[in-house]
Amino acid sequence: MYVSRRMLLGCAVVAGLGAALSTVASTAAQAWEPKKPVEFVIMAGQGGGADKMARLLQTVIEKNGWASKPLTPINKPGGSGAEALIHLNGKASSDPDHTIMVTLNSFYTTPLRQPNLKVDIATFTPIARMAEDTFLLWVHKDSGIKNVDDFVAKAKAAGSDWIMAGTGKLQEDQLLTDFLNAAYDLEMKYVPYKGGGAVAKQLAGQHANSTVNNPSEQEGFYKSGDTVPLAAFTTERINIFPDAPTFKELGKDFVYLMQRSVVGAPGMSDEAASYYQALFQKVFESPEWQDYRNKRALQGAFMSGDELKAYWMTERENHRQMLEKMGAL
Amino acid sequence: MEILQHLFDGFLIAFQPLNIGLVVLGVIVGLFIGAMPGLGSVNGVAILVPMTFLVPPTSAIIFLAAIYYGAMYGGAISSIMLGIPGASTAVATTFDGRPLALKGLADKALVAAAVASFFGGTLSVILFTGFAPPLAAVALSFGDQEIFALMLLAFATFVGLSGDDIPKTIFSIAIGLVLSTVGFDIISGEPRLVLFEISGFLSQINFLVLAIGIYGIGEMLWTIEVSRGNSMMSKAVITVDRMLANMKEVMGTWKIATTSSLLGYFVGILPAAGATPGSLMAYGVAKMTHKNGENFGKGEVAGVVAPEAANNAASTGSMLPMLTLGIPGSPTTAILLGAMVIWGITPGPTLFIDEPELVWGLTASLYVANFFALLANIFLIPVFLWVLRMPFTILAPVIFALSIIGGYAATQRLHDVWLMLVFGVVGYLLRKLDYPLAPAVLAIVLGPIAEQKLRQSLIISDGDLTTFVTRPISGTITVIAIFLILMPVFKMIRDRLRRGTDSAA
Amino acid sequence: MRRAEITTAVLLAAFSIYLMWKSAELPIGWLPEEGPGGGAFPFWLAVIMLGSCIWIIVNWFRRSSPPSQSSEPFMDNYAVKRFALVGGGVTAMIGLIHILGVFGSLPLFLIYYIRFLGRHSWATTLAIALSAPVVVFFFFDVALRIIMPKGYLEPLFLPLYDIFL
Repeated sequence: MYVSRRMLLGCAVVAGLGAALSTVASTAAQAWEPKKPVEFVIMAGQGGGADKMARLLQTVIEKNGWASKPLTPINKPGGSGAEALIHLNGKASSDPDHTIMVTLNSFYTTPLRQPNLKVDIATFTPIARMAEDTFLLWVHKDSGIKNVDDFVAKAKAAGSDWIMAGTGKLQEDQLLTDFLNAAYDLEMKYVPYKGGGAVAKQLAGQHANSTVNNPSEQEGFYKSGDTVPLAAFTTERINIFPDAPTFKELGKDFVYLMQRSVVGAPGMSDEAASYYQALFQKVFESPEWQDYRNKRALQGAFMSGDELKAYWMTERENHRQMLEKMGAL
Repeated sequence: MEILQHLFDGFLIAFQPLNIGLVVLGVIVGLFIGAMPGLGSVNGVAILVPMTFLVPPTSAIIFLAAIYYGAMYGGAISSIMLGIPGASTAVATTFDGRPLALKGLADKALVAAAVASFFGGTLSVILFTGFAPPLAAVALSFGDQEIFALMLLAFATFVGLSGDDIPKTIFSIAIGLVLSTVGFDIISGEPRLVLFEISGFLSQINFLVLAIGIYGIGEMLWTIEVSRGNSMMSKAVITVDRMLANMKEVMGTWKIATTSSLLGYFVGILPAAGATPGSLMAYGVAKMTHKNGENFGKGEVAGVVAPEAANNAASTGSMLPMLTLGIPGSPTTAILLGAMVIWGITPGPTLFIDEPELVWGLTASLYVANFFALLANIFLIPVFLWVLRMPFTILAPVIFALSIIGGYAATQRLHDVWLMLVFGVVGYLLRKLDYPLAPAVLAIVLGPIAEQKLRQSLIISDGDLTTFVTRPISGTITVIAIFLILMPVFKMIRDRLRRGTDSAA
Repeated sequence: MRRAEITTAVLLAAFSIYLMWKSAELPIGWLPEEGPGGGAFPFWLAVIMLGSCIWIIVNWFRRSSPPSQSSEPFMDNYAVKRFALVGGGVTAMIGLIHILGVFGSLPLFLIYYIRFLGRHSWATTLAIALSAPVVVFFFFDVALRIIMPKGYLEPLFLPLYDIFL
């Protein structure tokens, strides 16, 4: 009984997909549409947060038959996203209309730190901001730490033997670590790892004392009770972690979020840009994406066009200041 | 007993018509993808993720796992038949699989690979069924120091693979390690070794670029020169008698298969290590312990059995940290993990309680997929042999074309295709001068993990090297590794001394 | 063979020195409380490469390695000719991918090799050369969604995309 119901459901989905495809083909005949498969560049490696998101976006689009040509994901993690940025820059002269990219905060930091790449993100085509991911401060439950005060006391006592594990060097996690060190007068030692999953494991195995993971990276260990969130780097408490106060509540006005956006190659035609903007707006509003946002406690409203570009420029300036303070520029 | 009950429920799920159909389809798709040089399970799994929205999550993960399994079997096929390892996990399979094929014994190698894979796969699924949660705890207890020690051990086991020329072997290992550092330094966050300022070198040199270059292009150039227009590549035939004899010979290696499976499984469950070090270590250990150890590399059945049993055991193993910890042990499991997140399933320590249907359905399907992959492999052997009997002047251009297209497909950058050609030509020239090349290929796989873990450990220990020996697990492994590395040196000194006394007398 | 051995060793030594120089862009020493710097790993391995090249050169002078004793030519006429024909063909195929894409250069390469190097009949040649691109298109572009480079032939594929993708 069970099986047949599931199978019927499967058939229904197939039929729906076919129907959706045919309607799209008939209604949108005049507007610009991709003529060939769209390269969907991922600025990070396989399995990371950006990769998961890109594949979810691709899946939502394919499932609903919203694009006449498939999106083909390509990972270009080289040089903290430098490879991906150069790739998009190169498309400006050849074929700007069929290349889009999923991006995160290395979109700001990588060009700032490597001016010789000659990449100016102001020239990139803004398509959609799909979400902003949040950061929290995490510790292991066996440490006995219950709140930020405990944390500060223990970390201060440990001095530079306190290990903070994070993703990459001079990127998001280290910016947050530096903030904590400065704000609470700590000397935590930052150890870079390749991805958020590896960082989460360091904490779960108690090889590190604390991390500043995204909720999705710690979710499994949080559910099993192995790790504890202490505080959030957000403006308001994250609804799935109601017991973790924000740093703002604790008197440290520091908010840091990770953008999850889609960007087009520089020089993309206006018609193509509005096609992708409309496409991703539809994805944003889809129940699948909204569900994902809720489960992962993602924040940030939909943003597009000039508004998104203005947001990038502000964020770039913020990151420039943060990196300058760290002496990384 | 509770476990058996769960497993029984799992089999009920696995034998649902939809699921068993997906297992069969997945294994076949996986076999083809895996047999293609340049493509591995990661490609197959990645492309099929969106399609799986059409079926319930349990069926979807069963399907993806079947592809994963099929591709692991398929990797051995290209290693044996073409001498090109389709994935890093199948490198060690070429060491003896290829010589066997060249001797006209491709059928024996293929049978050995299929049976060993089945053995390793099944043994590891049994371990998976019985001891998943405690093993996950062991995996978590491995920190940076332990993983580094393990990498050291992996290097140590293949010191024994070296050629006769010591400086050339050292050169080969060193250049492989240096090439593995090209691109970007994660620890300092700086671009590194961007050779000749070509932007293509901003990202790491993919293992496949070097492997397909050396084994696909370089090896073919070499074969063309050596064969001198001799049109046949292999004279392998298959008869029922031969098949039975092969089976019997393969069964004789069960001891090696068991140790290799256990080793592979254990290395596979450690996050970050993955199936490649597992298969290499199994090969190294088999070479050291087998009575015909010195014949390894010249076409010894046990030399195919060891890495194949290990890599299949390891691929089951690497699902364990993914399911129980939410940490991928390999790129493929990373994609599987992403897919689970898309379906709204949270992998982690509680998965076994939250989603018993998924976990046990998957476990039972692994048994089924394994069995079916064995059958498919055995029945396809005559087809593979038929391909091998094609005239060499047809097979050679097809292999070149497969190498180029597969090399492009792996990273989708033409830069890498050119690099592959350079590696192929240089590899061919070096090979003529007796430079062993396998160490370089292995070094490029293990190098990045080893370097990162070394430096992460040292940051944690304030630059204190004793951290590797003072921790009990890493200390033990490090000592064994150093002993193994120094063994050839001792041997050389002993031989020198002996030769010295001989000539004196 | 003897000359090839020393030439290769010297070239590889030069390449090692280049790698050392290039690695030294990042710190190659031991950073306090951090262990080796970013350039240390490749730098010291390149030093090992250089060392083994010197060892190979010493062996060459002592004539203790097999290639340094061999008086056979490194590549005889047959080998040089084959290497040029096959290697040249492969290089040309990769070069043509930039212009004609995979689907233009693949059949040309197969025709060149099977017909002109292999001397098979035109029927065999064309059967393989024309079916190969079709198989590649359906396997990679359509089934796996790995889009092969098309070069300047891309416009020809737009209708195919409309039908199959």
